[in-house]
Amino acid sequence: MLEWRVLVTLTNPSIEAVNLSKRYGSFVAVSGLNLKLEGSKCVGFLGPNGAGKTTTLKMFTDLIRPSSGQALINGVNVHTEKKKALESVGSLIETPEIYPSLTPKEALMMIAEIRGVPRTERIKRIEEAVSEVRMEEWIDKRVGKFSKGMKQRICIASALLSDPTILVLDEPSNGLDPRGMSEVRAIVKSLKRKERLIFMSSHILSEVSEVCDEVAMIDHGKLIVYDTISKVSAKVSGGENIVEVGLLSSIDAAFVTKKIGTLADVVATEMKDDRNLRIRFNGGLDVQERLLSDLVRMNVGVISYRPASSELEDAYLKLIKDTV
Amino acid sequence: MPSSIKQIGITMKYTFLDYFRSRRFFILLLLTFIISAILTVLVGYYRPPSFLGDPTTDTLSFRALTFYSSWWGNSVTFVIILGGIFFGGDAISGEFQNKTGYFGVPNPIRRSSIYIGKWLSAFIAATVIFAIFATITLGNGLYYFGANVPIQFGQSLLYAWFYLAAVMGFTFFFSSLFKSSSMSILLTAILFLFVFSLIELLVSSLINVEPWFILTYGAGIIGNILNPLGFPAHVSHNPIGPRARFTITSYAAYVPEGLAIIGLYFIITAVLGLIFFERKEFT
Repeated sequence: MLEWRVLVTLTNPSIEAVNLSKRYGSFVAVSGLNLKLEGSKCVGFLGPNGAGKTTTLKMFTDLIRPSSGQALINGVNVHTEKKKALESVGSLIETPEIYPSLTPKEALMMIAEIRGVPRTERIKRIEEAVSEVRMEEWIDKRVGKFSKGMKQRICIASALLSDPTILVLDEPSNGLDPRGMSEVRAIVKSLKRKERLIFMSSHILSEVSEVCDEVAMIDHGKLIVYDTISKVSAKVSGGENIVEVGLLSSIDAAFVTKKIGTLADVVATEMKDDRNLRIRFNGGLDVQERLLSDLVRMNVGVISYRPASSELEDAYLKLIKDTV
Repeated sequence: MPSSIKQIGITMKYTFLDYFRSRRFFILLLLTFIISAILTVLVGYYRPPSFLGDPTTDTLSFRALTFYSSWWGNSVTFVIILGGIFFGGDAISGEFQNKTGYFGVPNPIRRSSIYIGKWLSAFIAATVIFAIFATITLGNGLYYFGANVPIQFGQSLLYAWFYLAAVMGFTFFFSSLFKSSSMSILLTAILFLFVFSLIELLVSSLINVEPWFILTYGAGIIGNILNPLGFPAHVSHNPIGPRARFTITSYAAYVPEGLAIIGLYFIITAVLGLIFFERKEFT
């Protein structure tokens, strides 16, 4: 067991679906899915309702069994060696309920004990996890009286409790109010900084754009595309990407056309107003990074710079529509 | 990572805590106290010979046996069935319907550890209720007959506890068949309170077949061992109707036979329930 732990720590965390299928009678929920996620990153899992996202995530967490194929975590089959496979996985699937008579502290203690968190660290870990989801003042209240959003937060805390290297999250902001959604996004972003592989399904494309590095799109149980967000967007837009630039002060339209429009790889510029630009360019993250450096050197007063979130939406609508 | 045995203990500890604090535990506790209070008041006030015997003709040990037979032998199976329904009826189906399974199952723990841990906690919770009823019974017995506690009461107590394990195994099995808590609770209650007794009656009296395949038949040993007139005959034919034209056949399981029926029910339903839970999906 010790050897295996060392192996997991030394190798990149990975999630892999090998010909993974799930059928319910004649209905095929997931069809021959082949997908390998590896390394520390956040991968968004997108698709319309009924596409097979949750079914796939459930197969990776032993909530359902595949009809054929394998769900592997760090190379270990979830269904034949569940304990070993899920040792380094924290998950949140749908909105779990917690035994209503328990307090968050007790419920999290149960998970900490099951996961083998050392006795001396349990309380500290629980307090940290509860603090991360901002539920400190409810830690000793019974869960039965909690709202759906509060329970969701405790379940996120339970997923974080053992400091897992892999997180499987199924619409983690589902059921939360706008503030809660924003907080969950911030939590997921902070988790990325801790060298984890995060596999997260969501309907909210802006959330995926903001949080994830890569996306996997699925429809009718089949994988449509898996790549970085910029490459997926570029595929749809013919290799072009768009960034939105916010400026401190207004800028001259002629300057935009003559100076910014002529930068390498820039295809077109568009002024949304005198302080906001959209720049269409050819290339990926490297070009995007160089473009930012160029703008900073021009001293135009860049105060914000981000990929246009609508790009992912465009890609999603194009790819998903194409399969219908 | 803790061993599966240790994880059973962890699951048991926290689900028992949940049971212990739940409303249903207090309702069952209240029901047990109500049943015990009614018996205490009725026996104390009316002093019925069916409970206390006849002091002028019966020996003290006979009267004590009569008391434990009437009090314990007639009521304890009902308390056990209530315990099974209350704590086992939705123990597994609730994991699906209430979605508590989504909290525990996706962790590095075998489903069998969850199942066995939950079974043990339900069994302990029901045992607490069972022990309270036994204590009240014994308290009344000591009040009326002093330390003259028949050995058969001890035997009956053990059989009843064994029966509780089988009932809990059966309710868990039924609970793992359904995803709806109300359905599993309702069907378990109907089976134990009506269907088993009805089948037992029909099979034995109408077609003269010993109902060895019915759990409640095996559980008959709990009351029969306390019979002050001695353990009943295995088969008896009782004439009924005008001029005794008809006979009703009734059976009483031998003690080893009753224990075997209870044991087989426990093993078979526990294994089947576990298999169903292992295969069931959180769709």
